[in-house]
Amino acid sequence: MTRGTILRRTIATPLILSALLVAIAVLAFAVGSRPFNQTVIDLFLMVIFVVGLQVFVGNSGVISFGHIAFACLGGYVAAWTTIKPVLKSAAMPGLPDWLMGLEIPFWAAAIAGALWAALWAGLFGAILMRLSGIAASIATFAMLAMVNAIYSNWTSVTAATSSVVGIPILRTTWPYLAAAVIAIFIAWAYAISRHGLALRAARDEPTAAAASGVNIPRARFIAFVLSGAVMGMGGALYAHSIGLVTPDTYYLGLTFTTLSMLVVGGMGSLSGAVLGVVILSALIQGLRWLEAGVQIGNSTFALPGGVQEIGLGVVMILILMFRPAGIMGNSELSLPRRRRGGAENPGQTGPNT
Amino acid sequence: MASLLQVLFDALSLGSLYALGALGIALIFGVMRLVNFAHGDVIAFSLFALLWPSTDAVAIVFAGNLPWFLLIPFTLAIGAGLSVLSELVVFRRFRRANPATMMIASFALGFVIRYFLLMLFTSRPKSIALLPALSQPVEILGARIPLLQLITILVTLAVLIGLTLFLRRTRFGLEMRAAAENFTMARMLGVRANRVIMGAFALSGALAAASALILGSQTGTANIMMGANVMLMAFIATVIGGMGSLAGAVLAGFLLGAIATVMQVILPPDARAFRDAFVYGAVILVLIFRPQGLLSARGAKERV
Repeated sequence: MTRGTILRRTIATPLILSALLVAIAVLAFAVGSRPFNQTVIDLFLMVIFVVGLQVFVGNSGVISFGHIAFACLGGYVAAWTTIKPVLKSAAMPGLPDWLMGLEIPFWAAAIAGALWAALWAGLFGAILMRLSGIAASIATFAMLAMVNAIYSNWTSVTAATSSVVGIPILRTTWPYLAAAVIAIFIAWAYAISRHGLALRAARDEPTAAAASGVNIPRARFIAFVLSGAVMGMGGALYAHSIGLVTPDTYYLGLTFTTLSMLVVGGMGSLSGAVLGVVILSALIQGLRWLEAGVQIGNSTFALPGGVQEIGLGVVMILILMFRPAGIMGNSELSLPRRRRGGAENPGQTGPNT
Repeated sequence: MASLLQVLFDALSLGSLYALGALGIALIFGVMRLVNFAHGDVIAFSLFALLWPSTDAVAIVFAGNLPWFLLIPFTLAIGAGLSVLSELVVFRRFRRANPATMMIASFALGFVIRYFLLMLFTSRPKSIALLPALSQPVEILGARIPLLQLITILVTLAVLIGLTLFLRRTRFGLEMRAAAENFTMARMLGVRANRVIMGAFALSGALAAASALILGSQTGTANIMMGANVMLMAFIATVIGGMGSLAGAVLAGFLLGAIATVMQVILPPDARAFRDAFVYGAVILVLIFRPQGLLSARGAKERV
């Protein structure tokens, strides 16, 4: 099979997913309510995070608990480069002079965040990608805790655990939509590249892949750096969506939310990653709405705080029990094919010959 | 000399805490290849079970007022009970799942437990006075050691000896070791799988409760996140120790405690806040040179 055929057969997936996101953005624009707008922004950010996570976890099969650390790196890059110098010198006096005077637009900060995160993903990845299975997962957890410990204590540069405020807030959905679409196309392009194919082969049959000449640590390393970059971009934009950063914004809570979205959708599938975000965001929003209280007749009915997270956890356990491969499994959303209709795995590129 | 002794006791008591946690995680990993992320939340739950649900900053101590000879068994029973319950309700259905799926399920379960506690107690840390008699210092060879530290070390040693005897001398212990070595083979030879797994969960839960008592009386606060740090160190200890090797887990737990305490002493004051980051970094270094851990269990190697 040539590259052209793979491209033509799979291009429908990112296009459908992007169209879905555009439809959501247009809906938010048409409704015009500010809380709904914010919800949609959150959804796009989660798409970036979960797609970034999927690039590594989905293709390599190694669960990573540490990717939110890269979002943290990206988020602080946004704080370092976009806050007004006056505010910056008060909150983070330890920054070098050239960084102190810098004030760049958000998109440049997102790119800088991606590059900074990719750099650290490269450094960590060079070490961690030698491990596999559970040892690798726990080492990524150690990486998350390490980054959190550093950013929570390095007072002069990160203001320790107190929040760094003054990051310019972006309230329109379009930049987030653009970034989410870019993330989807990056993930797709990686998945059909030779590195992506090699890594998936190593995920399914490590011995056979190694015997066919796949350098597994190297293949994992490439995916790790790429997904780190996507997470860094997401982290920087996340900082712009709420206007502040703290180390604990990017810690266990976000790790759990993004992992559950990925697992619910289906780790092995890009469509699963996006659908998982959409479905769980709707669920979370519904539960939040109930927590805030609903008027039924004369009485207000409200669930106690914490129900949202409990609900999320329970849904995740149930999905793992009954559909361990997630909603999408390993398949992708795709247009029905004209010839040879009803292939059992639409979107799969089939055996390479 | 006195300060050296102080450092030694600090290292041993911190190491004890990590070793107890690591043992709780390694026990379950040994019998069913589950990395139990809910362990830290079982620790928090066991401590909060002693309090009455409230949103105040000062805890309303409820069962915690029991005399110590009732308090300790009560807490251990709570921990063991919750752990067994999680096996019955959740993990039993994941027997055939791959380790990654189980790991994420336990992550989700831990989240559910934590937010259940948050719902009842809010996320604010609560101050509690648990076994206050233990905070008095005792003098040994000129060093003033908190009595609690001494008890922590002694209790851990007692638990380790007890567990070793249990695993080596009783039939149940034998079955558990056999199951950890080769689960399928053990089942074929007539070991009852469910009983062994349930036993491992009960023991692990009781160990979590013991950690909870030690942590609670050491810090004087109850916090729904209190288990997270110990659990993370315990994970790392089990990985460094060689997944599934109980002796390795204990050894690595003490090693981590020693590294953390020594770093606290030798690092320059500016860098002390980053102690944990240095410990995690050291862990990653160990993993480069011995990816299978210090004492690798026989069943843990990947087979082709």
